[in-house]
This record gives sequence, structure tokens and C-alpha cells, in this order.
Amino acid sequence: MIQEKVAETPAASGEAPMLLSLRNVGKVFSNGVTALSKVDLAIREGDFLSLLGPSGCGKSTALRLIAGLSTPTSGQLDWRGPIDRSNIGFVFQEPTLLPWASVFDNVWLPLRLKGVSRAKAAPAVMEMLSRVHLTGFENAVPRELSGGMKMRVSIARAMVTKPRILLMDEPFAALDEITRFKLNNDLLELWQDERFTVVFVTHSVFESVFLSSRVVVMAARPGRVFGELPISAPYPRDEVFRTSPDYAALCRQASDVLVDAINSTAGPHHDGH
Amino acid sequence: MTAIEDTALKLDPEEARRARQERLERIGKWVLPLAIMVLAIWLWDRICVWNEIPQYILPRPGVVLQTLHSDAGLLFSSLLVTLRITFLSLLLAVIGGVGLAVLFAQSKWVEMSLFPFAIVLQVTPIVAIFPLINIYVNNQTVKLLLCAWIVAFFPILSNTTLGLNSVDRNLRDLFKLNGATRWQQLRYLRLPAAMPYFLGGLKIAGGLSLIGAVVAEFVAGAQGQSSGLASRIIEAGYRLNAPRLFAALILISLTGILIFLVLSLVSHLILRRWHESALKQEH
Repeated sequence: MIQEKVAETPAASGEAPMLLSLRNVGKVFSNGVTALSKVDLAIREGDFLSLLGPSGCGKSTALRLIAGLSTPTSGQLDWRGPIDRSNIGFVFQEPTLLPWASVFDNVWLPLRLKGVSRAKAAPAVMEMLSRVHLTGFENAVPRELSGGMKMRVSIARAMVTKPRILLMDEPFAALDEITRFKLNNDLLELWQDERFTVVFVTHSVFESVFLSSRVVVMAARPGRVFGELPISAPYPRDEVFRTSPDYAALCRQASDVLVDAINSTAGPHHDGH
Repeated sequence: MTAIEDTALKLDPEEARRARQERLERIGKWVLPLAIMVLAIWLWDRICVWNEIPQYILPRPGVVLQTLHSDAGLLFSSLLVTLRITFLSLLLAVIGGVGLAVLFAQSKWVEMSLFPFAIVLQVTPIVAIFPLINIYVNNQTVKLLLCAWIVAFFPILSNTTLGLNSVDRNLRDLFKLNGATRWQQLRYLRLPAAMPYFLGGLKIAGGLSLIGAVVAEFVAGAQGQSSGLASRIIEAGYRLNAPRLFAALILISLTGILIFLVLSLVSHLILRRWHESALKQEH
């Protein structure tokens, strides 16, 4: 089966069916800022795609467009097959939890909003909590948790509806490095088990290379796709990969593209004046 | 705590000083105000004796206490009248304030259009409005209630409106992503988020509803139409019955303090698990 083959060699994502393509997408804000210009992007089922770029390159805007939180000014988004919002999971930069609600209630929320009762939702919620290693914390409130644990709750909440695509907007940027590495590993574990599609926004070269099957580098002013780098290293990736020469070489490549992307912005900016 | 102290944890002089300071502050927080209160009452008593001030000008504290006891029947039945107006108006202020705030939260347009009216009601002194109410409303209780309500509802309205509007943007997006209805957003997001703001407004409104009730009684009582504590004060003033005047005054003060304490406790109990304000009180 094709599905099986994809699971074994995710780098060959070219063989997986297309999930979403952005064609010539642009977004201009009402204040005149061009956040995105002529973005073409193909996202395949099972991709772990990172959007890497400097701040202001429109990577978060692209994510909001995909989530349907915002509509494009030009171009279009083509989903394969019908997609509704319950097929989309979203993890924000902040944990964005309800501070008055318990961990259980926070994870239950997306199901609750769809009318699923507490009792009916309990198995799914408890399973997700165990998947993010938070069993036993279901009655805690967010302020009793560490930053990393809050982010785990946020991920569990996004995944509890079993979305086809998970959108993550710099989710680990505010965490310390040790916690970030741990969450990186756990996220990959989750992804390998379920094979959902991930679009991961980050400004960290190292994080994007470690996690992704594809890194899409974006440039700013106007926000656009600058280049793409397939990361062919096999999964599962672990601490051995994190310290391997392969990883260092890939980071170097990605970093070079990112530097070019940043310079491509700075160049005309200076010449223009 | 004691376990840690018993193991003779060696504190450096700075930490030892800090620990001592904290212990002193904990005790002083209660002892100091009490001591000052006792001192003030004693001084009051002495001033009366030293200057031979007649009872109808400034009664001694003991006499006031006696009056509180001997006039208990009259004073407490009046207190009940005032309390009834206070709590009814607070209840109406909560219903009206929260109801209007929810209405405002539904649309910026409604808020922009109606909020100025609420401000006009708030800034116009109630004493000046009362003669109008007196003309238009016949029922005595309704008259007083309306008065106290106008005074008390604004802090609840303005605080709850602020709370309903200060929901985290990402949380709003989250609800939108999950296809939440307007009602779900209100029920599961905006109302809980507004709770600390509402409770802050409630604490202010509790005091104001008492003030509103007393002021309304004063204005109405001047026309001999009321039987609350305020009218007892006016009556006692006419008759130069200073001990009863003081006794009534003390009852009103104590009521105000009690309302504040009860509302503070309610607020603490509701918020203690999650809100920063309650968190700080714990330490």
C-alpha cells in the first residue's frame, strides 16, 4: 500500500496524495502592509513541513490563512476533499489555556463545543493526556503546571479531535532548551504514530531541521516563499540524530538558505533609498 | 513550617532579619489597628470626661453601647429595613449590570450607543435625582430601590463590560476554530474570563448599595416616609438624642464592613484556584 510506503520513507513525500495547495496566495492588510505575496505551497498527506523565516516574513499569516482564521486577498487554497474546522488542529505560540478550567476540561473543550458530553469525551481526553505524558494531572489547573506541561496540554487539546492537519505557530519558542528538546522528541513520536500532517512555524533552523521532512524558507517584505529544502534523514530521529554530522550538515544548508533569504530582503531595501 | 525551624536551619543575618520582619508584620497587621481603635475609643471617653461635654453633644462610648442595647428593638428593626433595600438593590444591580454588560458585549454598536447613558446616570448625584423619582414613583420601596440601584449598578456594569471585552485574542481564535456559537463563547469563555472583573465591581457595588439605600432613606426620611436607619438618625438629630444617633451610625458602619468582608470572601473562594489576585493573598 502506498500509505505503508510513505510511513517507511516519509522523505519520499512526493508519493503521498496532496492535502492542500496554496496557489499564488497573497494577503494585504488594511493598513497597506503586504504580508504575503504570490505564495505557492504544496502540502502532502503526512508531511511534516516547517515554515522557517525571519520575523515579518508572513509565516504566521500563512498559518492563519490555512486555519481559516483569515482569508487571502488573492490566490486560492485548494483542499483535497471536503475539509471542515474539526479537521484542523491549532497550537498557538502561548499555551492559550482556559486558566479557570482543569487540564481535563481544557482538553475536553473542542469536543465540548461540538456537544460531546464529559462522560462521552472522557476516553478520548484521557488517552490524549497519556499520549502527552500528563496522566495524573487531569484535575490540575494551568497555573499549577510548568511551561512545558502547559504546552503539552495545548497539544493534547489540538489533537483530541483527531485532526488531519496540525498547525503550530512557534509553539516552543518561549520554552527553555531542555524542555524544547523533550517536546520536540515527544511531538515526533506522536506524529510517527498517527501520521497526521503538520505545518510548523519556527524561526529556529535547528528545530526545523530536526523535526521536518521539508523545510520551506520564507523571506520578508513582502512575505514570500524563498526556497525549499527536503530533509531526507530517516525517522525516528532522536538524540543520536541531534548530535550527528548529518544533522549538522543539514542545519548548515538550511542556515545558508535562511541567510540568503534575509539578505534578499536587506539588499533591495538598502538600494531602494 | 515548624519542622524547618526545629531543624535549626542556619539563617544568615539578612534572612533571619527578613524572617523576623515577616513574623512581626503578620502579628502587627491585626494587633496595630485593634490597638489604635481601643486607644481612640479610650481618648473619646476621656475627652468627654475631661471637658465635661454634655451627653446630647457627644455621648461617652459606654453610653452609646448602652443605647445600642436598650434601643435594640427599634434600631435592629430599622436595620432590617435598610438591609432589605441594600440587598435587593445589590441584587438588581448585579442582574442589571451583568445583563447590560452581556448586551454590550454582543455588539460594539450597542455598547457605543448606550454606554454614555450609563455614565450620565452615574455622574448625576442621586440626591439631585431623587425629587424627580419622588414625583414619578408612588411605591415607597420601589422609590428607595431605584435610588440605591442607580448608585450601585455602574461599577458592576463597567467592570463586567471590561472583563467581557478583555478575553485573550488567541482564545477567541481557538473558539472560532472550533466553530463555537455566540452562546458557547459567552458561556465558556467570556463570562468566566470576566469573573474577576465582575467580582471587583461587586465589592464596590456592595458598599455603594448600602450608601445608596441610606442616602435614599435620608432624602425620603426628611419627608417622614421611611423607617430605615437613616430616618432613625434624622429623628435622633431632631431630638438631640446623640447616643441613639451614634448607635445607628455604628450599626451602619458595621453593616458596611460586614458586606465588604463577605464579598471579599466570596471573591477569594471563587478565584483562589486560578486567578493572580487570589494567588497573592495566599502568600
